[in-house]
Amino acid sequence: MEFWKRFSRHRGAVIGLVFLLLIVAIAVLTPMLFPSSPWRMVQRPFLPPFTMDRFPLGTDALGRDVLAGLAYGAQVSLIIGLISTAAALLIGIPIGLIAGYFGGLVDDVLMRFTEFFQTVPSFALAIVLVAIFQPSIVSIIAAIGIVSWPPVARLVRAEVLSLRSREYVEAAILSGQTNTTIILRQILPNTLSPIIVLASLMVATAILLESSLSFMGLGDPNLMSWGYMIGAARTVIRQAWWLSFFPGVAILLTVLALNLIGEGLNDALNPRLSRKGK
Amino acid sequence: MSEPVLSVDHLTIKLPAGADRPYAVEDVSFDLKRGEILCIVGESGSGKSMSAHALMGLLPEGVAPVAGKILYAGVDLLTLSETDLRDMRGRKIAMVFQEPMAALNPLMRVEDQIAEVFEAHGLHTPQERRTRAVKLLEEVGIPDPPKAAKAFPFQMSGGQRQRVVIAMALALEPEVLIADEPTTALDVTTQAQILHLIRALQRRRGMSVMFITHDFGVVAEIADRVAVMQSGQVVETGTATAVLGAPQHAYTRKLLAAIPKLAAGQGRRATKASPLLQVSGLNKTFRTSHGLFGRSERVVRAIDQVNLTLFEGETLGIVGESGSGKSTLGRCLVRLIEPDTGTVTLAGVDMAHLKGEALRAARKTIQMIFQDPYASLNPRMTVGRIIADGPIAHGVPKAEALAKAAELLSLVGLDSSALARYPHEFSGGQRQRIGIARALALEPRVIIADEAVSALDVSIQAQVLDLLADLKQRLNLSLVFITHDLRVAATICDRIIVMQKGRIVEMGETHDIFTRPQQDYTRLLLDAIPGRSMDEAAVAAAAR
Repeated sequence: MEFWKRFSRHRGAVIGLVFLLLIVAIAVLTPMLFPSSPWRMVQRPFLPPFTMDRFPLGTDALGRDVLAGLAYGAQVSLIIGLISTAAALLIGIPIGLIAGYFGGLVDDVLMRFTEFFQTVPSFALAIVLVAIFQPSIVSIIAAIGIVSWPPVARLVRAEVLSLRSREYVEAAILSGQTNTTIILRQILPNTLSPIIVLASLMVATAILLESSLSFMGLGDPNLMSWGYMIGAARTVIRQAWWLSFFPGVAILLTVLALNLIGEGLNDALNPRLSRKGK
Repeated sequence: MSEPVLSVDHLTIKLPAGADRPYAVEDVSFDLKRGEILCIVGESGSGKSMSAHALMGLLPEGVAPVAGKILYAGVDLLTLSETDLRDMRGRKIAMVFQEPMAALNPLMRVEDQIAEVFEAHGLHTPQERRTRAVKLLEEVGIPDPPKAAKAFPFQMSGGQRQRVVIAMALALEPEVLIADEPTTALDVTTQAQILHLIRALQRRRGMSVMFITHDFGVVAEIADRVAVMQSGQVVETGTATAVLGAPQHAYTRKLLAAIPKLAAGQGRRATKASPLLQVSGLNKTFRTSHGLFGRSERVVRAIDQVNLTLFEGETLGIVGESGSGKSTLGRCLVRLIEPDTGTVTLAGVDMAHLKGEALRAARKTIQMIFQDPYASLNPRMTVGRIIADGPIAHGVPKAEALAKAAELLSLVGLDSSALARYPHEFSGGQRQRIGIARALALEPRVIIADEAVSALDVSIQAQVLDLLADLKQRLNLSLVFITHDLRVAATICDRIIVMQKGRIVEMGETHDIFTRPQQDYTRLLLDAIPGRSMDEAAVAAAAR
């Protein structure tokens, strides 16, 4: 397929995709690979990595398996990253579509509303929201969704503004199609490429946000997440480097993979903007 | 004849893999003689621009000459190093581009841009460069050169900008001037002035000019000799009189026959029928406010008290230069732009004051064909859906609408297998046919064609015009045909409205407008049509 050919020309994106698929596979297979809870104490505390074959990455301050924690953390990170991005798209796309298509007063009101969210630092707002609603996976997803939709709305609005004056949209107006039909059938499909690119990057940001929240102790107390692992390990970082190192690497690689995929998607979906001579 | 200044010898330029043909230019040879204007004429994709860009070493990435020579003063330009070529450009061979706004730096004053040409070649002192810039501006006929020298490009009109570009090209007194469609982006009256200027400068300086164009009218105005190109090959060369008067090659004959004839509209009279569309007292003013408090408001009266009537079964042409308000008028008629005041009565209903559902229903009667065959079809929808969407929106079942779409496609001369394909698989002319089918899908009584053939090559243009005329007859349509091209208007229109600055200057039967124009502006427009002599010769030949 043409799309795949252009995507695969970007070598980093392919590596990123392979790595992401690996993470997804781990997340899916975790219950089989690690049947017991990641919270169970299985060995003596502070077991260094590579000393026991059963626990290759060692144990934490309470004797819990670090590798199992990483695997369960992958589940949490992916779920939160995907669902909160979906939530942000669900808020941002309609607002952007409506603001861009109708313009005028509607646009002004919606954009001022969007700017209101943009002016508040997103991490601070997320902390406040999670603190108010009690840390749980639902409140974390909601908080991340709420702080990350404004860029979506602005992007969609800008796309719609340029598409709105295209002749095929004018033709659709003339042929008597309703505004809803025009927005959904004529305009939305043509805004998808930049939205997909943005969404792939937003998943990465959401994972980072969740990690930061968990690090601050605002994660879901029932879920083992990468951010929580680093947060819990920060007091013992000099005695047990591996407790913060491995989850840190996991976050780094996942976010990097998503960014590479985003870049590859951008090159594949907007061929005219991609760099030449590659 | 004198010896050639520049000769292109069996030049072949390879296109990158995956292009629609292996070579952009194949085995092309022609000579540019001293002191002549050679026109390279051809349709889009004929390789005419490629050959010119090869002369300047400006070929795009992935496109390279593989065989042949370009000889200038005994040196093959293709073998020169980038440094030698840079010295050659501007000093010996200069170039004028199509879009003057894109060829000028918007943030630099005109005199600095001209001075830069001298600077690039390390000539003269800064003071002297400025003096020369003003002198050059004077030579290209810009009014008040000292003041114009201090202006920015956006403060000038399109024609003046093109004059500046020409001044830059002339700065180093080149022997050869390459002009790539230099008048295509300009209005017809401006085009006439620029052609006149190039001709005058060429005579005065004894330059050789290589003029690339798609317009045979322009060729007739300016060329000494002509080379006709078709898909990368030169099919015919000869003196302008020979090629235009007695073309040898079938392709040249086809192109010449496709040019809309000014005489065509003559003698045809519209039979008076009942009025279908009546416009009275229509106004539209655009206001743009600058700054935070919108103080320095710019007011453009795009349409100023326009009254007109369209009779049943008639083709009404609206002609004018850019900015005359002709497109705004067309869009006001269908309410894509809201008029400020006035009425648009279509078959007894006042379109200008309808709202919501009533407007949606009334729009079935009046449809539009757009200018840009690339922007007017949604790239993510199949052709079938593009055509059928209108009827579906008006409650026709999907299967029925698609069956109708297939019929419409055959009506506009396309195969019904096109239904399931996407717009990018079609050529410009085919896309325009799809646009026409879409407009017909709602069985309108009036069709507004906004520059519907302007973006098409001349042979395709002729086919689409024929199709429109034929459909109009068969379906008893009334057409409002908006165009800047008076030749096209002469071929297809029964009556013509001439617009200038939002006002109707003159209105009348096509024949009367072309033979007995009443207003100065109309006369000016008619005189500016390139290649009028060609038509007069044809009329004289027919009379003999």
